[in-house]
Amino acid sequence: MIALFINWVEGEDTVPVPEKDSPSRNPGREKRHSTKVSNRVGSSSSHTKELTLLYDVLSVVVCLTVICALLVTVSWLPKFGSSDNPAENEVYTRYVESELREAGAVNTVAGMILDYRAFDTLGESNVLFVAVVSVIILLRADRKGKNHTLNLPELATTPEEKPDDEILRFSARILIPAVLLFGIYVVLNGHLSAGGGFSGGAILGGAMILYVRAFGVEKMEKIFTFSTYKWITFGALMTYTLLKTWSFYTGANGLESGIPLGKPGAILSGGLILPLNICVGLVVACTMYAFYSLFSKGGFGNGQ
Amino acid sequence: MATVQNFPFAAIMLYLAGGVTCCVLKPKASKVVCLLLNSLVTVLMFAVLLYTVRTGESYVYWMGHFPAPWGNEIRIGPLEALMGTAFPLIMTLTLLGGMEHIFEDVEPEKTNLYFTVVSLLMVAMLALIFTNDLFTAYVFVEINTIASCALVMLKYRSGRALVATTRYMMMSLLGSGLFLLGIVILYSITGHLLMEPMARKIRELFSTGNYAFPLTVTVGLFAVGMALKSALWPFSAWLPDAHSSATVSSSGILSGLVVKSYIILLLKIFYRVIGIDLVYSSGITNILFLFGFGAIVFGSFYALREKDIKRMLAYSSVAQIGYIYLGIGIGTSLGAKAACIQILVHAITKPLLFCTAGAFMSASGGSRRFENLRGAGRRDLLSGIAFTIGALSMIGIPLFAGFITKLHLTRSLFLFGTWKFWFGIAALVISTVLNTLYYLAAVSVLFQKVPGDSPPVERPSASLFYRCSVIIFSVLNLLYGIFSEPVTQIIQSGLSLFS
Repeated sequence: MIALFINWVEGEDTVPVPEKDSPSRNPGREKRHSTKVSNRVGSSSSHTKELTLLYDVLSVVVCLTVICALLVTVSWLPKFGSSDNPAENEVYTRYVESELREAGAVNTVAGMILDYRAFDTLGESNVLFVAVVSVIILLRADRKGKNHTLNLPELATTPEEKPDDEILRFSARILIPAVLLFGIYVVLNGHLSAGGGFSGGAILGGAMILYVRAFGVEKMEKIFTFSTYKWITFGALMTYTLLKTWSFYTGANGLESGIPLGKPGAILSGGLILPLNICVGLVVACTMYAFYSLFSKGGFGNGQ
Repeated sequence: MATVQNFPFAAIMLYLAGGVTCCVLKPKASKVVCLLLNSLVTVLMFAVLLYTVRTGESYVYWMGHFPAPWGNEIRIGPLEALMGTAFPLIMTLTLLGGMEHIFEDVEPEKTNLYFTVVSLLMVAMLALIFTNDLFTAYVFVEINTIASCALVMLKYRSGRALVATTRYMMMSLLGSGLFLLGIVILYSITGHLLMEPMARKIRELFSTGNYAFPLTVTVGLFAVGMALKSALWPFSAWLPDAHSSATVSSSGILSGLVVKSYIILLLKIFYRVIGIDLVYSSGITNILFLFGFGAIVFGSFYALREKDIKRMLAYSSVAQIGYIYLGIGIGTSLGAKAACIQILVHAITKPLLFCTAGAFMSASGGSRRFENLRGAGRRDLLSGIAFTIGALSMIGIPLFAGFITKLHLTRSLFLFGTWKFWFGIAALVISTVLNTLYYLAAVSVLFQKVPGDSPPVERPSASLFYRCSVIIFSVLNLLYGIFSEPVTQIIQSGLSLFS
């Protein structure tokens, strides 16, 4: 018994993993290396066929149990949309009845997310920011097009995107101004009609992606590079943070914020909601475009 | 409102602004910004801690112009302030302790992003500590998840780190998903997201017996979701890889702080939202107790088997997290107190061990395996002594911090006295024996005389900052082991304000 235990402690169940994570030039080797690591993880004994089968069966059983439990739970919940739901309480009433007076936005949802519960939305914009930062860490290649984190030798070896699709270019020329204009409208009217920073920003980002698909990276690089991206995001998030710092500080200390709510329905109304919508819109548009270019090219252009 | 009451909010906003600023700065500058920010917040939060201890009450801080069920708010009491002081302090020390490794392991062009991620991680953890609203908690759980995955991934040229990140991300997202489901169910039966009205409504439902089944399912969802994210055995398969393949500071941050932030959130949910009576009657505490028991036993066994110093420390984290859940699983306020003490103890000990492990690696040609680390403690005496202090603390020798946990756990087990008593004592005994075995083995390898008398390799890179960090960590450990009473008092008063 004790001898068995000592053997177990002394033994090592796996092929020795290379000592240092050496940079491997060959993607194939890299892949083998990773599978070895993943086999090593988690269980002590080697993964035999029976054990794998047991895992498969168990995972199905566990999933089915959880699904059944959740379905039964849903059947217990109050009926969706009925008027005596617990969610129909004073919270909901005040949002609907006094939002226009207190936050000054015709679009009640904008008032809720950017004024009443602005702290959550500030967190949410930073979720986007930290997501882009993570993707930059993972995918951004260096100046020569080599990605060190993924250890891909030449990500830029994909054939040079020289779009020469005349139909695409022609329709893009017509569409892009309209899409941009619509995106700006949705952002600026966020406090007056449905929409706002998140949806408007997504439209703007879509226009940028269309532009780079139609006219190529070189043209886009003239107006939008990595540093443009960096500074726009920095400016927008910083403005957002500073404005909200002021608003939270005054709110918590019972001071007047000094921000006029304006006449409901006018374009300059709703207090901070309009500038915040612009900030969110910029962040979302840049995020969309950054995701696109990082995933497709590992950067924002040649050499970037 | 006293000026000092603004500081927790200021800390969150400072970290937000700092994180965004680090993104556009050069690596060296962003390092300075991040370190200054952490030190500043430590000081600010220490002032809040003194204030809350003096008043002995918790207060609510509006995040905006509207009171709570409509607007957002954060709530700070003695326990929150204590954790809010400890987290930035430990973060500063861990960053200092592993700074050389950060600049080696992270791609030079992306080093500033390391500090961005660290600042945003601090935002998330502080918000989880202070939050008084479940949806706010969810938003910051998201930031915490992404940022902690990015911390593992930031080690470049490492296939291992990428695989570990992928596994970590999958498990962590599963945890977030279960947590979100729990919030959705709870919202639809209570109609609130703010903790106090939710708790009132749940007490009402509990006494009338309405929605008993959804409530039980919710308790389970929260417990499993947070257990997945805080690597409670048997959900801990991702932890050894994620925590060992990251750079040294990241390992320290992840096992010292990130894991704890979720446990603090779970404690808040159990005590402030659902109510410990309901949790207890649903039997979840028994399951958590058994899982904690399993974590202690299995984590220690696997650590015993490990030949790689960082993986050994990571498995030891699994065991130490088991202690926290053992405390929560007892289900009494004494047990929760022991859990909070263990959160702090592990948070000051494990980063120290990881930082010194990094120093041994640099003193032995970058190797992490014990056979190459022979004599590393002689080559780098300060790290050797600091590692020994950390090891003694993890074993639970009196005068070191780890002893305090075991003392309080044993006390709460004695006062509880059911089957849990025997299991708990068995876990403590087994883990103490095993911890002694593997930590003393590690220490003896590190201090072994190397045959053949290889010339002592002086670590050229051992900077002043590293030395300071390790010394402060060791002193904190001893101080906490000897004068733990004030901290225990603070935890007790904070917990009594929870229910």
